[in-house]
Amino acid sequence: MEVNETLVQQLADLARLEFSEQEKTEIKGDLQKMITFVEKLNELDTTNVKPLLHMTADSNVLREDRVIPSISREEGLLNAPDANEQYFKVPKVIRK
Amino acid sequence: MSEFSSISAFQEALYAGRTTCTETVQLYLDRIGQTKHLNAFLEVFEEEALEKARALDSRIKNGEPVGALAGVVIGIKDVICYKGHKVSAASRILEGFTSLYSATAVERLLAEDVIIIGNLNCDEFAMGSTNENSAYGPVLNALDNTRVPGGSSGGSAVAVQAGLCMVSLGSDTGGSVRQPADFCGIVGLKPTYGRISRHGLIAYASSFDQIGVFGRNIADVAKVLQSIAGPDEYDSTASKEEVPDYQTIHNKSWKIAYLKDALYHEGLDPEMKEGYSIFFEELETAGNTVTAVDFAYLDYVVPAYYVLTTAEASSNLSRFDGVKYGHRTSLKNLELTDFYKKSRSEGFGKEVKRRILLGTFVLSAGYYDAYYTKAQQVRKLVVDKLSEILSEYDAILMPTVPSTAFKIGEKSNDPIAMYLADIYTVLANLAGVPAISVPLRRHSNGMPYGVQIITKQFSEASLLNIADHVMNISQATPV
Repeated sequence: MEVNETLVQQLADLARLEFSEQEKTEIKGDLQKMITFVEKLNELDTTNVKPLLHMTADSNVLREDRVIPSISREEGLLNAPDANEQYFKVPKVIRK
Repeated sequence: MSEFSSISAFQEALYAGRTTCTETVQLYLDRIGQTKHLNAFLEVFEEEALEKARALDSRIKNGEPVGALAGVVIGIKDVICYKGHKVSAASRILEGFTSLYSATAVERLLAEDVIIIGNLNCDEFAMGSTNENSAYGPVLNALDNTRVPGGSSGGSAVAVQAGLCMVSLGSDTGGSVRQPADFCGIVGLKPTYGRISRHGLIAYASSFDQIGVFGRNIADVAKVLQSIAGPDEYDSTASKEEVPDYQTIHNKSWKIAYLKDALYHEGLDPEMKEGYSIFFEELETAGNTVTAVDFAYLDYVVPAYYVLTTAEASSNLSRFDGVKYGHRTSLKNLELTDFYKKSRSEGFGKEVKRRILLGTFVLSAGYYDAYYTKAQQVRKLVVDKLSEILSEYDAILMPTVPSTAFKIGEKSNDPIAMYLADIYTVLANLAGVPAISVPLRRHSNGMPYGVQIITKQFSEASLLNIADHVMNISQATPV
């Protein structure tokens, strides 16, 4: 698998990350190395092997649905980058 | 380094009136003050720890009941939440963030009257093997300041190594407790996946992450595990499997296997290889059986680990968007997508971005089956083979890391070389089994190295027994 600039840009867009031109060159090289490295897995025959999806033997772990207090509004807003007394504040994203 | 060799020796002195919590905390605070250059702590809870110590002292004096870990001075890795205290995963993206609740593990420690002395430096989002990826600078190995302490729980390891707390909590996704324990010459335990609740542990790769314990001996580590293990309503992957007694040592002989592929791996330091071979003979002399077994998947565990963990990380870290918490770009009038991109790119460090991109790649349309599903299939092969070995043997012994602690900067330009150093540790996380690293010997370069023990799921009691046995035979003392 060859990593090119289009792929790096596409992945950066999907991951909501951005890189300078210089960083892109470096990232392209790193990603190429990393992908080549993990392609070693293709040496193994996994025909008919079921992928492992869950690490515990438990399934459908259920409990009573009880209403219990969680955090207050003040606490919820405590770590906000921007907020007033009631709401998180975000930049205007809807434009004319 | 501490005047007490163990928690029980300390508590004996405490209850006999030969020491106090206040005096002990002050001693640790003084040492922390003298070793600031190690950069192990991100924050020291000085006043609070002293206040807690005074309160405990007066309760003990009045004959009031106290918890099983009364007065135990403990540090916690900066990925574990402690209500009202800062937690940042050593990342700029969470700079200034205050925990709104405590991790279940922390709640349980507090219920047993521990004294939390501070939070400990680590690699950003627990991604790294050297503690060089922290937004707050590297941690130094206390034994040789030109070397790394290992990672990602480097601060947690050094804090115990340098006698800055009695025990500490770390997290282990691919070796982040065992590897730094090995590099620092101490004990590091990663329990079974699901043995300790992950509630309040900042997520890296959710099917791998597990809180782990650092200590100077097996008894201390067992004591901490005893308090924090068990089911939790807040984490449905925390097992309901009964928590047995971890603290009684049964002397018996063990059926031990070692992996030929691990011992004869080309990457393993030749002097260490010799050291392990000699040690295996000593184990036989002590009445155990030690058998060589094949494990053909060793060269595939690191690639499988990186596909799966980066995939999970790219998903877990998508929550950092600069809206409700975390870093937000100060640039104005951005389109929404650019607002997210700027906030995230300014906040995350280089290694984190690299891993998010790889994870995004292996999960993206067109590549998902070839990479992600393939790695899940390899995980299945690895789990089955390991279970087969562990159904015949009590434990697998192997190196923890192929070399002793790296020099600072030695591997930082080559991610693959860095990843390959995880070859012996990722196995236990891929399979969800418990593993421990205990100090074994000193290398001729002066640095310690350890041996890793792996047992089957939820067999921490045997694991700790074997680890104790191993330490008795090797006669290794913590650094």
